Formats: sequence, C-alpha cells, structure tokens
Amino acid sequence: MLKLTEKFMRIIFLIAAMASVLAVIFICVFLFSQGLPTIFRIGVFEFLLGDRWAPTAAEPLFGILPMILGSLYVTAGAILLGVPIGIFTAVFMARMCPPWLYRLIKPAFNLMAGIPSVVYGFFGLMVIVPLIFDWYGSRFDMMSGNTMLAASVLLGIMILPTVINIAETNIRAVPQELYEGAVALGASHERAVFKVILPAAKSGVMAAVVLGVGRAIGETMAVRMVAGNQVAMRMPHEFLYGVRTLTTNIIIEMGYVEHGSIHYGALIATGVVLFVFILIINLLFTAINHDKKEKSKRQKQNHGETSV
Amino acid sequence: MIKNLIKLAKRKKPADWLRFLLTWTSALAAIAILLYIVGFILVKGIPHIELSLFSTTYTVENQSLFPALVTTLVMVAMTLLIAVPFGVFSAIYLVEYANRGSKIVRLIRMTTEIIAGIPSIVFGLFGYIFFATWLGWGKSLLAGCFTLAIMILPLIMRTTEESLKSIPDSYREGSFSLGAGKLRTVWRITLPSAAPGIFAGIILAVGRIVGETAALMFTIGNVIQLPNNLFSQGRTLALHVYQLSTTGLYVDKAYATTVILLVVVLFINYLSSAVERRFLQKLR
Repeated sequence: MLKLTEKFMRIIFLIAAMASVLAVIFICVFLFSQGLPTIFRIGVFEFLLGDRWAPTAAEPLFGILPMILGSLYVTAGAILLGVPIGIFTAVFMARMCPPWLYRLIKPAFNLMAGIPSVVYGFFGLMVIVPLIFDWYGSRFDMMSGNTMLAASVLLGIMILPTVINIAETNIRAVPQELYEGAVALGASHERAVFKVILPAAKSGVMAAVVLGVGRAIGETMAVRMVAGNQVAMRMPHEFLYGVRTLTTNIIIEMGYVEHGSIHYGALIATGVVLFVFILIINLLFTAINHDKKEKSKRQKQNHGETSV
Repeated sequence: MIKNLIKLAKRKKPADWLRFLLTWTSALAAIAILLYIVGFILVKGIPHIELSLFSTTYTVENQSLFPALVTTLVMVAMTLLIAVPFGVFSAIYLVEYANRGSKIVRLIRMTTEIIAGIPSIVFGLFGYIFFATWLGWGKSLLAGCFTLAIMILPLIMRTTEESLKSIPDSYREGSFSLGAGKLRTVWRITLPSAAPGIFAGIILAVGRIVGETAALMFTIGNVIQLPNNLFSQGRTLALHVYQLSTTGLYVDKAYATTVILLVVVLFINYLSSAVERRFLQKLR
C-alpha cells in the first residue's frame, strides 16, 4: 500500500514537472501554426523585408521591416544608455561600495526590478516625453515628445536593475586571488578592479547585457506609452521621430483586428518573429554561460596544477 | 575628515581618479533615477488620493479603482491556485526524485528557461489564441489566470528548487534512518523546512501578477466591473493604470491609482525579500 502511494506520487510529481515542457510545446505549436501560414501567404520576403504596413488599406500591405528596425533601434539606444551605467554600477556594488551604503542601495535595486512596466511607462509619459519636447520641440518642429529617444531612455532605465544584478553577481564570482595578485604586483585598487577583475568577469558581464537586450526587446506597455508608434521607416539618426516596435504593433492592433483575417494572422506572425528573436537571445545567453562554466573549470584545473 | 580626503586625493593617480569617479557617479546616477521615479509618482499622486477612489461603483465622473482592486485579488488567488501546485511539485521532482543531469531534467530546465525569457506580450498573444479562442473561453478571468500561471511558473519553480536545495542532506538522512519513506520525508521534513523560502518565491510571483499588463490586455478583456464568475471579463489594477494614463482625461486619477499600484507592488517585493532573509538566517 505504502509502496503504491510512493509510486503514485512520484508519477504526480513527474507530470507536474512536464507542465513547463507542455507549455512550451503548446506556445510553439499555436503561434507557429497560426503565424507561419500567414507569412507564407504574404510571402516571406514581402513580410520580413516589406517596408509598408497598411493592413486596412484597399490593397493591404504587410511589411514589418519598420517594426523590426524600430525594435532594434530602441533596444540599441537602451543598451547605449543603460549598459555603461549598469556595468559601472555593478563594479561599484561588487568592489567599491562601503558596506553601510551597500546595505541601503542593494534592496533599492531589487525594488527597482519589481516596479511594473506601466509605472515606468507612466513616468516616461509624464517626465521624459515632455522633457524631450521642451528641449527639441521648437528647434525641430516636433509634434510631440513621443519619440524613439524617449523609448530608448526609458528602456535604458528599465534594464538597469537586470544588468546591475547579473553583472554584480558575476563580478563577485571572480576569484579573490586574481585581485590579490594584482595588488601584490603593485596595482592600485581601482587598477586591479578595472584591469584584472573586470576582464576576468567579461563573459558574465556579457550575459548581463544579453539579458538586458532580451528585456528591452520584449518590453511592450512602457514603449507603447512613449514611442509614438507611427509606422514608418526610420534611420538611426531620426531618433527624434516616433517609432513602432514589434511588441507595440501587436498590442495596438490586436484590439480592433477582424478575427481570422489575414491582418489577424499577420499580427500573430509579428509575435512569431518576436518569439524567434527572443529564442536567439536565449541561445546566445546559454552559449555565453556555457563558455563561462568551461572557462572557470579550466581555471580551477590550472590552479590545481600550479598549487601542486 | 578633510585631512583624510586630501591624503586620499594625493595617493591616487589620474587614471584611478577617473575610474573612481566613473563608478561612483554611475551608481549615484542609478540610485538618483530610481529615487526620482518613485518620488515623482508619490509626490504627484498622494495629494489626489481620496476616499472616492475606493467607492464601490465605477462611474464616468468617479473612476473608482475598487472593481480593479477586487479583480486583481481574484486574479492573484486563481493564478496561484493553478501555478503553485505545478511549480512546487515540479521542483520537488527535479530536486528530490530525478537523477541530476538526466535527459528529462535537461529538457525541463531548458523549457523553463525558455518560458522565463518569453516577453509578456507573447504570453498575451498565446493566451488569446489558445485559451480565449481555441478553447472558447473568450476574454475572461479564467483565460487571464491560465496565461499568467504559465508566466510565473518558472519563477515559482526556481525559488522552490533553490529552497529545497538549501535544506541540508542531514535532514533527509535523519528522516530516512528513522524509517520514513521518500514521500514522507519530502512531505514532513524537506517541504516544511523549505516552506518560508517557497513562500518568498510565491510572494514575488504575486508582485509580478499584480504588475502585469501586456499578457492580460487580450486575455481578460478590459471591462471595468466586479468579477461575477470565471468567464466574466475584468480589468486589473495595472490595466486600470494603463487605461487611465493613456486616455489622458483623468491625469489626477492616474497619478493616484499609480501610487496605489506602486505601493502595493513595492510592499509585496519588500515582504518577499524580508521572508527570504529570515529563511536564510534560520538555516544558518
């Protein structure tokens, strides 16, 4: 009897554990089965490289290149603004920060990670957007401050906690011997941190950046609120114009799309493209982490040999 | 103090000064941004918090957040009801039963990582296609909470796994040596000892549910009303904030509602880390 319960519960646990596998299968099957046929119907090149998105026109056009570029631009902007501050802050947290200050700001960054994206979006709408309009509005004859720049700045802020936390963990994981060796050779504290510790934590810091990219490219509501959302081909230097990303394209048009139409399919296909982007980023992250593990294994082995 | 500073200043080379300043200014900037965001919302919003904000009916003149608050609570309860058993049980399987490094464990880990990386809008899209349309539930509380349950599954799995792993093996060995079986050990020894850690993870998940918008927009609908049954539509607090702030008509209300949302979420996150700290201290 007891044996039976043991076996039964083991199977229950296993079934529960398969839930995540099942979820991924379902997500893939349903997104791809509804998205891919539409992509082929529109034409792969027309869809991915088409520069016109006019789903409700008499002769509808479904090109999502403006949105793909939009996603890339705002993400690149976020990385440009957020990553340097994030990495330097992580260095500060791991190696420079006095303990009393650390106790104050570490929880603060954890809280920052928990702020909902609508709150960030609302802040962007009320502060960043008007600020940009005040600075550039009259000079460049802008209609509003809802721009690529606003989205980039906001996303740069939003990825800070992710980048800081992951990078800090990885900088802390660098063996103390490396630091001590550098100081013993006459390096100052700052020099040892920047020239020895930071390079040693390179792959970990890269992993933090990749996670930040994932967060920025998938963000929807905050971007929707500040980016302006016009569908148009933009160049990187046109950062004072509105832009639409893959994510916002879905959230804006899902509200009024006719169910089962080719427009509906095209929106799901937009989701598929986004999903593939994220999968690529995940793969990159796993590859970097794998690389890191290998490296630390090698380091440990070398260490063992020399100490013998 | 000043003498010390001068001594410090003399000791550093220019390049070191640059590095020193870079790290300090970056960290201070990051903190300043955070404080500014929270401070700005609080200062602008708190004066507009009135009792009418919590009146039980929502009207065009008074955009009460009460229905949204109730819907949020219902959503949290329903989502946890689905996600917690699955998350905790699968963590038990991974830590206590499975052979580490076996194919099935690798598969589960890989899929969990994939789910953790999926943006919430993709969950929303999937929830709409699958739960709302294919299963025919329509935009409803049920469709919304199943969507959210998938979303928070990796979070609950990971925190439960970590708490179970942090329980020393001597606990288990003691239980085995007293003649308890595997299941009894898990149920009576490991799980209760890990409970506070698991609880911290669940609270964190609550924070994510409360703050979520993109995954809910097309799965629970956007109708402001008190929840009637599983298939009624609704609007959570975060969606309410989104709606108020984008229509641009009720800026004061938007500020006040954002304050409520922010305070709730920050409190939940604080609670989670406090519980986790207590748990880790007890283990030591």
